[in-house]
Amino acid sequence: MSLAQKTACLILALVLGASAAATWLAPGGYAKQDREAIAEPPSHTHWLGTDELGRDRFTRVMYGTRISLLLAPAAALLSTLLAAAIGGLAGYAGGTWARLAMAVTDLFLSLPWLFLLITVRALLPLNVSPLVSVLVTFMLLGFLGWTAAARVLCSSAASLRSSDFVRQARAAGIPAQRLFWVHTVPNLKPVLLAQFWISIPVFILSEANLGILGLGVAEPMPSWGSLLKELQGLVSIGEEPWKFVPLILLVIVVTSFQLLLSRQEEFAL
Amino acid sequence: MPKLRWKIVGHLFSLLGVILIGGFLSAVLVRLAPGFDTDERELDAHLNSESVQALRAARRNDDNVLRFYVSYMTRAAHGDLGMSAALGQPVRTLLKERAPSTLRLLALGLGMAWAFTLSLALSAAWLRLSTYDHLATLVSGTFLCIPAAVLALLSILWNVSSSLAIALIVFPHTYRYTRNLLIKAYSRPHILAARARGLGEGRILFRHVLPVITAQLLSVAGVSVSMAVGAAIPVEALCGYAGVGQLAWQAALARDLPLLVNVTVLVTVVTLLANSSADILGLAWRRHEA
Repeated sequence: MSLAQKTACLILALVLGASAAATWLAPGGYAKQDREAIAEPPSHTHWLGTDELGRDRFTRVMYGTRISLLLAPAAALLSTLLAAAIGGLAGYAGGTWARLAMAVTDLFLSLPWLFLLITVRALLPLNVSPLVSVLVTFMLLGFLGWTAAARVLCSSAASLRSSDFVRQARAAGIPAQRLFWVHTVPNLKPVLLAQFWISIPVFILSEANLGILGLGVAEPMPSWGSLLKELQGLVSIGEEPWKFVPLILLVIVVTSFQLLLSRQEEFAL
Repeated sequence: MPKLRWKIVGHLFSLLGVILIGGFLSAVLVRLAPGFDTDERELDAHLNSESVQALRAARRNDDNVLRFYVSYMTRAAHGDLGMSAALGQPVRTLLKERAPSTLRLLALGLGMAWAFTLSLALSAAWLRLSTYDHLATLVSGTFLCIPAAVLALLSILWNVSSSLAIALIVFPHTYRYTRNLLIKAYSRPHILAARARGLGEGRILFRHVLPVITAQLLSVAGVSVSMAVGAAIPVEALCGYAGVGQLAWQAALARDLPLLVNVTVLVTVVTLLANSSADILGLAWRRHEA
């Protein structure tokens, strides 16, 4: 592991640790309003100032980070499992099944990601409770984000299927189920892990895009997307620079994931 | 040549398949979406019960998904893409009004993205300075980590054109692929031999490097169209640019499903056409080179 990757690991651990401790570090809660301090600049009571509703921005950043950092991996896990089920099984089965699965995958892949997201998001109810909106947003990412990973897994499973050791196992009379679970799936693990790590920054950025466009997590629940929405009201960058803290944090976290990703890709190859 | 012809036929079939399957999915989604079988006109106190019954009877024809799909596709084949529920205008008129702006935005954005990509990637491959390469990778990597919507907002703050925002969203992806292709091509033994014999950089690039990577570059160009189309939503929505992306966003917020679904199918066809064209051109180039 290189120095940059070790630093990335440390940054991610720190950010995750701080966001997990949000309940203790910011006991006021993300929705608590201070009506005496509306849209205030940073002060000793509000380290990053307050928003237009008088809510402490530091608290909201902490809770928003927690939501984005916990649910993006959950969505990545869901999409990787779907990719493994669809792509892995199709590649292992081969023939018509593989062609059919890949045709469906190609159809999904031909849709620009954001168009697909907002179309499906619009089909679901928009006026839902904040908690439901969080679940809907991240489940949507998980259910729609499996396609690219499925393609990779399909070709990996297909190459494993025609590999010498699987052929030998088949010739030895090992049942198909055992062949799949004991001999194929463990060998797909590095590819699955790489796909899981690749999906996390993609989902974090997608949630941020959806949030800024007003189709993500609903108020008052904070997420990086809803926090970045505040940038819309700015007239110049130097006006209220503390509003850029969520963006800086997001860039640092996504960069850290990208740095770790190169290591995962090395493992997958 | 027959292989190329089969490739074209294959792409046409896949395009037709996408239109038919995409149309079916669209019809199903519109039909099954919550609120499809309700009409706000029924709440109008001026309507008597017979008028309300007439409205319900008119909608009953659309109850069967297959029948709805057939009528939807028949109307679409005749250029009738339905009415926008939120804007009260025919979808076709809305698309016709906004498509030229989006095409202009995308053309400019893609042009700039490829100008950045080629100039940075070529200079990195020519100079072969690790510091310069790291710096270029860092710049592109930073843009890769910023959400597209934030880049759109920053373009407003910096008072630069929306097409630059599209360029900055697409450029990190195209740069990454192009740089890798160029560095791989430049490290081939025949290029090293050409350099050792004192051939000019221009001659090496145009005679020995570009012909090798053109087909792959065309594929990246095809994919970059899809990326730019996707980036059009946040850029147009947040920069107040009246294009198809903004239309899709407005339709999503208003849950105007007929409009949103038609825009999505249209965008899919456009991106498929771009990818298919790139694929066919790449194949034609390979044959020409062989």
